[in-house]
Amino acid sequence: MLTSARKVSAFFFILALLCLVFADIAIISVDPWAELRRIGMGFLQPVFFSGPELLQSIAYTLAFAVIGVGVSALLGLLLARLFHWRAVRVLCAAVRSVHELFWALFFMQIFGVQTLTGLLAIIIPFTGIFTKVFAEILEESDHKPLHSLPEQSWQSASAYIYARLAVAWPQLAMYARYRLECGIRSSAILGFVGLPTLGFHLESFYKQGDYSEAAGVLYLFFLIIATLKCWSHRWLLAAMFIAALRWLPFDFNIHGDSLQRFLFQDIWPAPLRNADSLMDLNVWAETFTWANWLLQAQAWEGIINTLLLTMIALVGTGVVTLCLYPFVSPLFAKSGIRWPSHLFLVVLRSLPELMLAFVIVIMIGPSMLPAIIALSLHNGAIIAHLLGQSTRTLTLRADRPQGMNLYFYEVTPRLYRPFLAFLFYRWEVILRESAILGILGIHTLGFYVDSAFEELRFDRALFLILICALLNILVDSCSRFIRKRLSLTGLPEIR
Amino acid sequence: MTDSQTLFSLDQATIAWSGRVVLRDISVHIRAGEKVALLGKSGAGKSTLLRHLFRQESKGVAFCPQQPGLVPGLSVYHNIFMGQLERHNVIYNTLNLFFPFKQSLRDVASLAAQVGLADKLMAKAECLSGGQQQRVSLARSFYQQQAIFLGDEPVSAVDETQAEALLQQIMAQHETVVIALHNTRHALHYCDRIIGLAEGRIALDAPSSQLSAEALSEFYQASDNLASGPQTENPQYQHPAAGC
Repeated sequence: MLTSARKVSAFFFILALLCLVFADIAIISVDPWAELRRIGMGFLQPVFFSGPELLQSIAYTLAFAVIGVGVSALLGLLLARLFHWRAVRVLCAAVRSVHELFWALFFMQIFGVQTLTGLLAIIIPFTGIFTKVFAEILEESDHKPLHSLPEQSWQSASAYIYARLAVAWPQLAMYARYRLECGIRSSAILGFVGLPTLGFHLESFYKQGDYSEAAGVLYLFFLIIATLKCWSHRWLLAAMFIAALRWLPFDFNIHGDSLQRFLFQDIWPAPLRNADSLMDLNVWAETFTWANWLLQAQAWEGIINTLLLTMIALVGTGVVTLCLYPFVSPLFAKSGIRWPSHLFLVVLRSLPELMLAFVIVIMIGPSMLPAIIALSLHNGAIIAHLLGQSTRTLTLRADRPQGMNLYFYEVTPRLYRPFLAFLFYRWEVILRESAILGILGIHTLGFYVDSAFEELRFDRALFLILICALLNILVDSCSRFIRKRLSLTGLPEIR
Repeated sequence: MTDSQTLFSLDQATIAWSGRVVLRDISVHIRAGEKVALLGKSGAGKSTLLRHLFRQESKGVAFCPQQPGLVPGLSVYHNIFMGQLERHNVIYNTLNLFFPFKQSLRDVASLAAQVGLADKLMAKAECLSGGQQQRVSLARSFYQQQAIFLGDEPVSAVDETQAEALLQQIMAQHETVVIALHNTRHALHYCDRIIGLAEGRIALDAPSSQLSAEALSEFYQASDNLASGPQTENPQYQHPAAGC
């Protein structure tokens, strides 16, 4: 079972088809085409200068991203040195497994709509990711410079900086720059939970039916991502970092009472916090009943929907990838086709799944279908790009076939294992996004987390977030198991 | 023989490979029905000449490169079947990838048996040894059922007995053969014309009936005295993958 790439693919494909039977994929909107036409018209007649708030929200988006990524990269460098400690590894895995938006919802209760909320929502999960990836990069880098130093200095901080960080610096910096793009995406979607970044305007414009203004926001977002390479110079980034620190309004005047109340009261299960004594067995029985009720009433449905969506979107991503990669590969497409296809993939890649899903929800209503389409297109575009690039490195025989035969017999079979590796690497990301897409009204775990926060039932929210984290760790180990089973090697490019 | 059709002709051609001139002022004419052996040290330009001939005329030609270039993730059956991709429509080919057709399976199985791989029909190409991969590559050429065979050391990685059997099949199944060999005895025995390349030029071109083993070893020694070019390629085979 699950020993060959073919069997694994067939297993997942059939599983996804089964999931489709149980998933709610109805088109709820009365007239999706009319909505599509209106959204399309918005893109043809965009309005860019809808108000000074928009400029401010660009500034917020960039400020959160630059500080958030900068601070977490620094923390990552420090913690990477301690990555051999089990506690650090577990902590990093735990904070990684909770989505930025959940962190934001969480800190919103402590700090309100505030700079610190936005920054921590990025810094905490990103530090977990940076620590892990930096540790891996350092592990893979050349150890000889360190070993050429006297042995008693190997543990010293100076040796670490000179003989480890300096050696791996190009890779570390490259990864940090790639993460900045992710940071801008994360920062933009923080607007969906109320922070003043681009996502906030996107959501409100679409909800009010101002499609031209909404299209303007999307175009501005593309512009920022597309020009990232031009302005992500290190001195410029450092200047932006300092400017952002000075410009962002920090309010450290946190009410100690509310923080204390939140941490020591609100987030604990109701039966526990209302108990007089924790020694009372009845309290624990009630807590168990509370957890059981939450599981029955909300969590199970959330878990099942999240898993259904993840499985369908994983296979959907694979299908999209295999359909799209020939269009960006010189083996199949002439440059006249390749360039527009590249542009299409760049647009799909730079648009966060949440934004893409949100636009589709506007069109066809909040079923699982928009989420499936958005996750498959976004992740498919990412892998198709990588796969299309890797066709350049193939050496084929002089008598190779042409067209579809080339696709099915030569190129796809050769790329199939790297393709699966990319896909399973993405699985964890797809799961995290599947859960969070619930805040758009799809009944995955995010939906219940969001409602719990709205009802100010923080104990339920925390319980559900912990379930998300556990699912994430479960999927991560499944993916690791399968990659190990099929001996698919690690792929540093898409971490 | 003299009035038969000329299949390949080069007149004082200069041929470059990846930006480096490999063959200079080459004139060769190969007519239908000839069995030609190409001899010469590594780097003499045999591969370049063969690739050039294939580019000149690829219709009706089965080409067997030195490196088998099999698709590692596909079975022996599929790799051999690839010889006939052009003869079926895409739907047939694509379905066959997942559900092998009985007719094709029978045909390919008998070819696999011919090259001694009957028991490996469904094994993945990546699990085969170098010699086995070379035999799959040859079986693919046979499956193309062409009149002309261009082969670049197609039996270099198999043992002596097998090599002879395979050469016999190559000669029997193709009207015209141009084949690079490193074994002079094979060249004398199986081919009727021998072309020797040295230093990017034709140093020898004669019917094998007029040549002897001694003459050929003289040719090799003479080309030894010339500064031999760097070895451009070595047969490289994938190591058996994990999970085989």
